[in-house]
Amino acid sequence: MSGTEKFGVLARVLHWGMAVMVVAMLFIGAAMVASPTAYDALQDVHRPLGMLILVFTVVRFVNRLRHRPPTLPPAMGRWERVAAKGSEYLLYALMFTLPLIGWGMLSAAGYPIVLYGPLRLPGLLPSDPALYAMLRQAHTVLAYLLFAAFLTHACAVLFHTLVLRDRLLGRMGFRMTFRRG
Amino acid sequence: MSEGATPPPVTPHRPELSRRSALLGLAAIGGVGTAGIGGLAYAGGRFPADRLTPARFADRFEQVYGKHAGFRRNHAKGVSASGYFTANGAGAAVSRATVFVPGRTPVTGRFSLSGGLPDAPDAAPTVRGLGLLFPLPDGEQWRTAMINLPVFLDRTPQGFYARMLAAQPLPGTGKPDPEKMAAFLAEHPETAKAMAVVKRHPPTSGFDDSTYNALNAFRCTNEAGDTVPVRWALKPAGPVRPADTNAPPPGRDHLFDALIAKVAQNPLRWRLLLTVGRPGDPTDDATAPWPGDRRTIDAGTLTIDSVQTEAAGNARDVNFDPLILPDGIAASDDPLLSARSAVYSQSFTRRAGEPKTSSPVDVAKAQQTQKGQ
Repeated sequence: MSGTEKFGVLARVLHWGMAVMVVAMLFIGAAMVASPTAYDALQDVHRPLGMLILVFTVVRFVNRLRHRPPTLPPAMGRWERVAAKGSEYLLYALMFTLPLIGWGMLSAAGYPIVLYGPLRLPGLLPSDPALYAMLRQAHTVLAYLLFAAFLTHACAVLFHTLVLRDRLLGRMGFRMTFRRG
Repeated sequence: MSEGATPPPVTPHRPELSRRSALLGLAAIGGVGTAGIGGLAYAGGRFPADRLTPARFADRFEQVYGKHAGFRRNHAKGVSASGYFTANGAGAAVSRATVFVPGRTPVTGRFSLSGGLPDAPDAAPTVRGLGLLFPLPDGEQWRTAMINLPVFLDRTPQGFYARMLAAQPLPGTGKPDPEKMAAFLAEHPETAKAMAVVKRHPPTSGFDDSTYNALNAFRCTNEAGDTVPVRWALKPAGPVRPADTNAPPPGRDHLFDALIAKVAQNPLRWRLLLTVGRPGDPTDDATAPWPGDRRTIDAGTLTIDSVQTEAAGNARDVNFDPLILPDGIAASDDPLLSARSAVYSQSFTRRAGEPKTSSPVDVAKAQQTQKGQ
């Protein structure tokens, strides 16, 4: 039955794990640039967490391509399906590009890219302040776009689950589901 | 993909929809959306409007000094410098940083005057700065930004922010409003105390014979894993002359001109001194000096053998962020360090994206004038 079909275990673990990481990352990023006193401590979390998200995004995308996702609720119309799929790929694209832009912009600024202790990343791009300024701007704009995409995604799923009651969320759930009727 | 397949007919195993549950659901969604947007706006410092953010710090510099595209928001007037640091190995007693291993490290530096005007007339009492970048093996770096005051004037970022307005020169007199300044000092006794210390250390004749202090405390860790609080300073190796405040030399750039002339004659040298704090010495208060009897390690010599007009690729493009540190040196609990890092980054981001105009401190022009004399 389509209502009880689920994503694979790896997909579900990655989805919820990354949901927490990405939302935390967005809040850390916003708070970091706005707080003089917490800036340093938050930056120490922001950089390694960003790289972790980059790695997980690649693993997750490969896993997504290799496994057929469960079917969408039958009541969903053609445009709803297009929107669902489009937003899924938009989220993937943003989770992939944001860490790369962050890495690239630190390289363009000429900063050493410290992940943790003596662990550093090599520069991605040559030192260039104008390029840095552009990437820094892009990092902010795309981060807000990711936040908007995340919020739309969460609200759309909640709409299906709480209002339409089509058990869309169950496809990502861990609870035992039972067949009705 | 499965979504593309023709949907099977609608199955009727949906629970009944009631108006009540649908409304509750919609309310919950609205709540989640509002909380998300509001939460992010709060985290991002959008409200309350008087919260001290690095952006508002940079705005205040622009408010006090005007906006000068392409230049630093503070220490706007400056000149790029280069040379090297020769470590004698003594610094390894407190820090395992590779910069203290005996040998030579190339250095990019920048001499500057505090304030946001790139063409401010040089004056002896204006705070002088020296920023340094030591590129180290394996992509490590050490950056430090020091000034010629013996202590810093503010203990907290909030104090610095408030002092900028209180000390803003009035258009008529060119001096700060005495009432505003008095009110500020009454609220910030630590600044009043620091100003008294500064008064006992009048400025020297120029950039070349100034002592540059890092002022903030850092934590140094050696090979054995022992960590101690450290403040570092650069002490001039040559003779020190007091500034002649009665008859300052003419010329808008007289301090920079003198620096350019001195470097052309001989390389300039400073000793890098690491002062080791003892338990109980304040590490979170840059206005409070440590007792004079603290152990001091002479870690080596900084040599500056060339100065350059600010340009692409030299110190112009360097953010002398005090928290870019090598392994073996770490931040202390001083609240100014994170704030400096955040505000410098804000200033760097703004100027990096702005069009550039040439620096009023022009080394070639100064050298030509000096040759003609």
